[in-house]
Amino acid sequence: MSDPLTPVLTKRWLSPNSWRLSVYEQLEGYQALRKALRGTPEQLVQLVKDAGLRGRGGAGFPTGLKWSFMPRDVNGRTAKPHYLVINADEGEPGTCKDIPLMMADPHSLIEGCVIASYAMRSHHCFIYVRGEALHCIRRLNAAVREAYQAGYLGKNILGSGFDLELTVHAGAGAYICGEETALLDSLEGRRGQPRLKPPFPAAAGLYASPTTVNNVESIATVPFIVLGGSDWFRQMGREKSPGPKIYSISGHVERPGQYEAPLGTTLRELLELCGGMKDGIPLKFWTPGGSSTPMFTADHLDIPLDFEGAAEAGSMLGTTAVQVFNETVSVPWAVMKWTQFYEHESCGKCTPCREGTYWLAQILERMVDGRGTEEDIDTLLDVCDNILGRSFCALGDGAVSPITSGIKYFRDEFLALCESNKRELVGAQS
Amino acid sequence: MTSTQIFDEDTVAKAQELIARYPQSRSALLPMLHLVQSVQGYVSQEGIDFCAQQLDLSEAEVSAVVTFYTMYKRRPCGEHLVSVCTNTLCAALGGDAVYKKLSEHLGVGHEEVAGEPGAPGSIMLEHAECLAACDLAPVLQVNYEYYDRQTPESAVELVDALRRGEKPAPTRGAPLSDFKGAERQLAGFFPEDEQIYRSEVDGPSQAVETLRGAQLAAERGWTAPVMEDVPLPEVEKK
Repeated sequence: MSDPLTPVLTKRWLSPNSWRLSVYEQLEGYQALRKALRGTPEQLVQLVKDAGLRGRGGAGFPTGLKWSFMPRDVNGRTAKPHYLVINADEGEPGTCKDIPLMMADPHSLIEGCVIASYAMRSHHCFIYVRGEALHCIRRLNAAVREAYQAGYLGKNILGSGFDLELTVHAGAGAYICGEETALLDSLEGRRGQPRLKPPFPAAAGLYASPTTVNNVESIATVPFIVLGGSDWFRQMGREKSPGPKIYSISGHVERPGQYEAPLGTTLRELLELCGGMKDGIPLKFWTPGGSSTPMFTADHLDIPLDFEGAAEAGSMLGTTAVQVFNETVSVPWAVMKWTQFYEHESCGKCTPCREGTYWLAQILERMVDGRGTEEDIDTLLDVCDNILGRSFCALGDGAVSPITSGIKYFRDEFLALCESNKRELVGAQS
Repeated sequence: MTSTQIFDEDTVAKAQELIARYPQSRSALLPMLHLVQSVQGYVSQEGIDFCAQQLDLSEAEVSAVVTFYTMYKRRPCGEHLVSVCTNTLCAALGGDAVYKKLSEHLGVGHEEVAGEPGAPGSIMLEHAECLAACDLAPVLQVNYEYYDRQTPESAVELVDALRRGEKPAPTRGAPLSDFKGAERQLAGFFPEDEQIYRSEVDGPSQAVETLRGAQLAAERGWTAPVMEDVPLPEVEKK
């Protein structure tokens, strides 16, 4: 049984100037890389599989399995270069873990990039950071420069014969680029629109070459797994969702912030850690992992927040962006605000999402304005039904989550907005 | 003016440097558009022509990209860009009130400039989507540097200081410059003076909130399990 908080990724954040190479090296930095380079790529893929690490960007796909999809033959006549691309386009509403991580401990990500690239036989890695995170981009660039000078990047890293170039790439403000194939299109200098899968990136990704896209937190975890081993990692969390996870708690709580705890921690436990609800005003609704994960209510305090637990309760773990709202917040209003976000960020490629999010936003705006009717609730659900599973990528699925879950748990609140627009019965006022 | 008059040799050299960073030249388009904004304060038709020439693309191909991304401004920006998060969580904690107050105070709406665009003290206002600092809500950014936990009053004070030509330090980020300076760094070009560079990199990045979990664990003596030195797993040779 592990402690309530298990700082692994966040532990170095407490050290002064933790972003500098000299500090990182004093705190076991780049020790995992030395160990990894003494092993083979196959051993590293096996290690990450054994550890059961699952993608921290929202979907929870097993990281080691993803790595194993990369072709092994890199010397054949038709072989193409391999690429590792880090998805640092953090923009899911509520999510705020990767940017503080990259600012406080950029070398942990860089070390993870070198190890992962070695494991996947890639010699060029890109970190795609959202453009609005300027200070983060600055820190990453400085850290990359230090790593090159110290021989952790570039040619013949630490005398191993392994070469790696690392490029930090700034985005330009588009939520959709967090979707991995849209990110690849954007990195190729195009509009960030998702691609049809298959082919999956491991077969044809960046420049139609074998590519793996991984989240920041996933890759920053890798050096620790290399150092501690899979059994160490599995002492934290639950069997199918092992390891520590940064829970970002925001909203109406006493002490919002970043809390790194074993996967499977419940909201009740998290609330205890962050001092409970602000001013004692009761909890009304919350998201387990960003706005695209269906909302929960005060009835879900004891759901274990891991990939299985959240899914069994009808939501998703997402990015563990725990947004907490108290009784003073109107659910239809919150849902409208989120829907306006998806409307703005829909890339326009597929009809259900492009048209649907516009209709949804307009209906919700009308309802919140007091001009809705009961029929609107059915229309909302009908439009949601036509988007879910029918749009090109997960943005559409995410867009309907707040609406369907909001109506599921708080239908009365939507109905109350329509109260004044009920059709009068003929003769009732005579 | 033609694009060659606006974008000098230095800009051309930087554009070529960007191209050299990527296995395929077109990947340099996003950073090159940031570079164009660092010169003109927005992406003009000349800026589009410039990128098209450098990358051997058509103007239509570049335009299609420019219009897709929020951070490329099609009209001249102010000396400063003020972005207020009005996504749900920030909004519920006061972000909508901050935006409304600033809009009234500056007399402008979304992506409009108070003052003569580009002139000292001019400000473009925008409402932004989630800025990934939800534990510090409500937040705003000036030239993409964070100003955390804002109120309508603190935000008004901030923009008034900007209009007077002052540069209040961000809560998290480097000492404030201007929109063009921020865009130069987004294109991947940083100060050459080592001391200035270091002071920017070392600008504050952590709020109390950022460290709360780690701090609480340290106080209570909570840790991750102790690591032992274990070898990498054996795998069958194939």
